[in-house]
Amino acid sequence: MPRILFDNQEYESGPGETILDCLTRHGVPAPHSCRSGLCHTCMMRALKGTPSGESQRGLKDALVLQNYFLPCVCVPPGDMSVVLPDAETFRTDTVVTRLDRLNPEIIRLRLARPENYQYRAGQYLTLFNADGVGRSYSLASVPALDGDLELHIHRVPGGVVSGWVDDRLQAGATVSIGEALGDCFYVPGRPDQPLLLIGTGSGLAPLYGIARDALQQGHTGPIKLYHGSSTPDGLYLVQELQDLALKNPGFDYRPCVSRGNAPAWTVRARADDRALEENPNLAGWRIYVCGNPDMVNHTKRRAFLAGASLSDISADPFLPSLP
Amino acid sequence: MTNPSLFEKIGGEAAVNAAVDIFYRKVLADKRINQFFEGVDMEKQAAKQKSFLTVAFGGPNKYTGKDLRDAHAHLVKRGLNDSHFDAVMENLGATLTELKVPADLIAQAAAVAESTRNDVLGR
Repeated sequence: MPRILFDNQEYESGPGETILDCLTRHGVPAPHSCRSGLCHTCMMRALKGTPSGESQRGLKDALVLQNYFLPCVCVPPGDMSVVLPDAETFRTDTVVTRLDRLNPEIIRLRLARPENYQYRAGQYLTLFNADGVGRSYSLASVPALDGDLELHIHRVPGGVVSGWVDDRLQAGATVSIGEALGDCFYVPGRPDQPLLLIGTGSGLAPLYGIARDALQQGHTGPIKLYHGSSTPDGLYLVQELQDLALKNPGFDYRPCVSRGNAPAWTVRARADDRALEENPNLAGWRIYVCGNPDMVNHTKRRAFLAGASLSDISADPFLPSLP
Repeated sequence: MTNPSLFEKIGGEAAVNAAVDIFYRKVLADKRINQFFEGVDMEKQAAKQKSFLTVAFGGPNKYTGKDLRDAHAHLVKRGLNDSHFDAVMENLGATLTELKVPADLIAQAAAVAESTRNDVLGR
């Protein structure tokens, strides 16, 4: 009978038994609700072994690509190693290659990409400070284009990781990172689909990665990026994005300023408002929203009501209040 | 030969998938009930809408009356009542009409959904 490895323990499954039933029979408190493959409460990720096709039905493409599945309807075809969705599976050490400032509050941290480190532009990883305290940051780099891993770190008041990065870290230092996680990334397969990217503050990081990843993968549909900040000096990578727009006619960059005077090269509006006003019908679009959690949740809802399918909305709410 | 079930006649899982975005969009836009969906993670919420539609379409599920009571108890505390259940029923009917499901099948699905009323409202 197939054996299931979960949380460092091995469990033998019975004939025709699902992974969820196997775990609960052994007294493992695995989360679940409908037991029919509907509610997604029990979702797990397979690290080894292939989940049954049935157990991946109805999941977003980005989750299927990462071997997420529903254990309540998965009779294991063979031995499997499984984890809960956000379980960290490894940490690895790497070296700081470069540090610079993108604007008064945001630091760009570049790290050597460890050998065999798999990620997709737009996913996030956890960066650990010298005391082992971790915070999550999105990847602005693209595996096919950039040798290093690139993170945009917003220095928050009293930030135990962001302050440490800004005050202590130097090129050549060794740091620990976790694996890349999350489903906010470009999914190939629909090259002509219009993409709408909306971000505030350092929420630009994943979007910068996703836009460049889409372009290098040959995306042909329009890509519209709205980056918002309350003041003009909060905007960054402006020159790079303007150059990208010049080189790629399908790519549009809209820097937005929500307060005070807006310079001529910007739009005086909130990025989310402007994006929805200029693109009122989002049926068939794919949407990426990153940054301030209130903005993200509000914008997801607006995009959905404007016609985008929920399976086509990817979001990464940042938690800026965490010191 | 067994007679096709309601779930098969409506179109099975494909029909649920087609209905879930339309139905959830109607619910979110409905001022009578959308306060119950504020601040809830949209993916989790949509998975629940999908569960509900599967139940209404007579599809495979293992929900019990107790599951439905437990799942809605916090909403009943916030004032969930018959008028809200009626609004959901209306959105269900409108969704199926929009998808051109025949009237007799809509009536059957509505009857299945209706049968959960007392459990959902905790009575």
